[in-house]
Amino acid sequence: MSLVNYIYLSAILFAIGSAVVLVRRNAIVVFMGVELMLNATNLAFVTFARMNGQLDGQAIALFVMVVAAAEVVVGLAIIMSIYRARRSASVDDANLLKL
Amino acid sequence: MIASMAGALPTEFVMTQISYAAVLPMLLVFGGAMIGVLIEAFAPRRFRHEAQVTLTLLTLVAALVAIATSARDHQGITAAGAVVIDGPALIFQGVIVALAAVGVLAMAERFTADEADAFTQSGAAVPGSPREAAAVRLGATSTEVFPLTLFAVAGMMLFPASADLLVMFVALEVLSLPLYILSGLARRRRLLSQEASLKYFLLGAFSSAFFLFGAALIYGYAGSLELSDIATAVQNQSGMDGLLIPGVLLVVVGLLFKVGAAPFHAWTPDVYQGAPSPVTGFMAAGTKVAAFGALLRVLYVAFEGVRWDWMPILWGVAILTMVVGAVLSVTQTDMKRLLAYSSIAHAGFILVGVLALNQKGVSSTLFYLVAYGFMTIAAFAIVALVRSSGNEATHLSQWAGLGKRSPIVAGVFAFLLLAFTGIPLTSGFTAKFAVFAAAVAGGGTWLVIVGIICSGITAFVYIRIIVLMYFSEPAGDTMVMTPTVMSTLCISLGTLVTLWLGIIPSPLLDLASQSTLFLR
Repeated sequence: MSLVNYIYLSAILFAIGSAVVLVRRNAIVVFMGVELMLNATNLAFVTFARMNGQLDGQAIALFVMVVAAAEVVVGLAIIMSIYRARRSASVDDANLLKL
Repeated sequence: MIASMAGALPTEFVMTQISYAAVLPMLLVFGGAMIGVLIEAFAPRRFRHEAQVTLTLLTLVAALVAIATSARDHQGITAAGAVVIDGPALIFQGVIVALAAVGVLAMAERFTADEADAFTQSGAAVPGSPREAAAVRLGATSTEVFPLTLFAVAGMMLFPASADLLVMFVALEVLSLPLYILSGLARRRRLLSQEASLKYFLLGAFSSAFFLFGAALIYGYAGSLELSDIATAVQNQSGMDGLLIPGVLLVVVGLLFKVGAAPFHAWTPDVYQGAPSPVTGFMAAGTKVAAFGALLRVLYVAFEGVRWDWMPILWGVAILTMVVGAVLSVTQTDMKRLLAYSSIAHAGFILVGVLALNQKGVSSTLFYLVAYGFMTIAAFAIVALVRSSGNEATHLSQWAGLGKRSPIVAGVFAFLLLAFTGIPLTSGFTAKFAVFAAAVAGGGTWLVIVGIICSGITAFVYIRIIVLMYFSEPAGDTMVMTPTVMSTLCISLGTLVTLWLGIIPSPLLDLASQSTLFLR
């Protein structure tokens, strides 16, 4: 199978992730969309590393995983504190700030 | 392919050379932040505020000294091509550290209480819950804001000094993650603050994913994430052409989100309104400086070869940003939202300077960022002083007649508004003049015309507030808190720099134009 197919797959996963961010209401699901986008990027990095005959892309993917883990810590803490204050993690309910 | 991969592996481990003298300022700030975390863990509660404020300010001063002495003499690309310390990087780092020091002064304001006034005493407790009441009764403090600020500052320093898109991504996250938390720690109107934090986080994570996917496409194109390698690949037109332009645009979208340019500005008003005012000032100034530094480096070093592909798009973004910022600021009724839309308009003016694509473009952008940074930190420090029944009086109607209630505060704020407008004898005028002159020299006359029209619209907004403060009768129970040394110092420094850069701009302009050469 051609390596380019993996790039197509990663682009499709990235698009699904961004659609989830834009369409879904639950903050946790929105956040899962972001994670899907980051992991799609990892797949692209690893595939390109294979295409270019280097190891750099795989090392980059490790860095991205660490950063994504740090993001999860901060993100879930923020979503938790909102959920406990409002009993809801819906981004539509968070509407105090308006024009 | 397997054989070629094996061939690419180094036969012997080579240790990376790091010029520690060049990265000393960043190491100092990271170190200060770590010590701050230790203080948070071990120092008794009653000493924490003083200890943290002292440590933070000392760290920032030490970093500034290190930039001026040690790092300046060790310029070059270091850490295996990951970090570049050159003229622009040094001056951006210096500006970020100076702005952060002034911003920390505003955060440390505590009036007559024992803890910082702007921050909640227990960020983890549910607003209005018995746990929060217990934390207040026990005299809890949120001194963790100071180490968090230092971490954000370190990320901001690394952002414009990264010579590699991966390092830039890591720096982007290091500067953003503490800011997401900081914006959720306001003491008053906590639900609003938590909501700002959530919105900032979700949109920030979304945009950094775009940045990263752009970097992945560029990696596929150039086979490397180092900016100089990308520039070479762009020049030789080697690699898969279809990947380059989408990659460039996605990376630029990630950076434009951080500077708050339209159409990626939606988070700005909400976050600026919800976050504690001193944090808003620090964030508005520091993030803008860092993100514009990174944007300049990416556009001028890596993607200069394909400028005809991204220039028209960025022209559109600059025009849209100026128009959206100026027009929407007219309809605002909340002071912090108004300043947020003004920051969007200013981001547009700075983009005009960036798009000049010449040396004047770099130096005028720098000058604008310094001018904007100092006035905005002082302005938000003043917003934090004006109160109505305990809360910050952010509705415009509550500012009516402030000139009669508190002539000094209203006078200083009016001066800062004139600087936002760009009236001569303030830094705002010199800054606008510099970016517009650079843009005309770079062939951006149309941008300048739109910029001048938008300046006119924003002038109406600012003058209306001045009229409101001086020519209408005081209404309601608005009062002005008496600032202690900390805010006084912050506001005076911000105002003095604004005045100084308006009267004698040449030292900073000279310094900026001497350090416009990006190392490749």
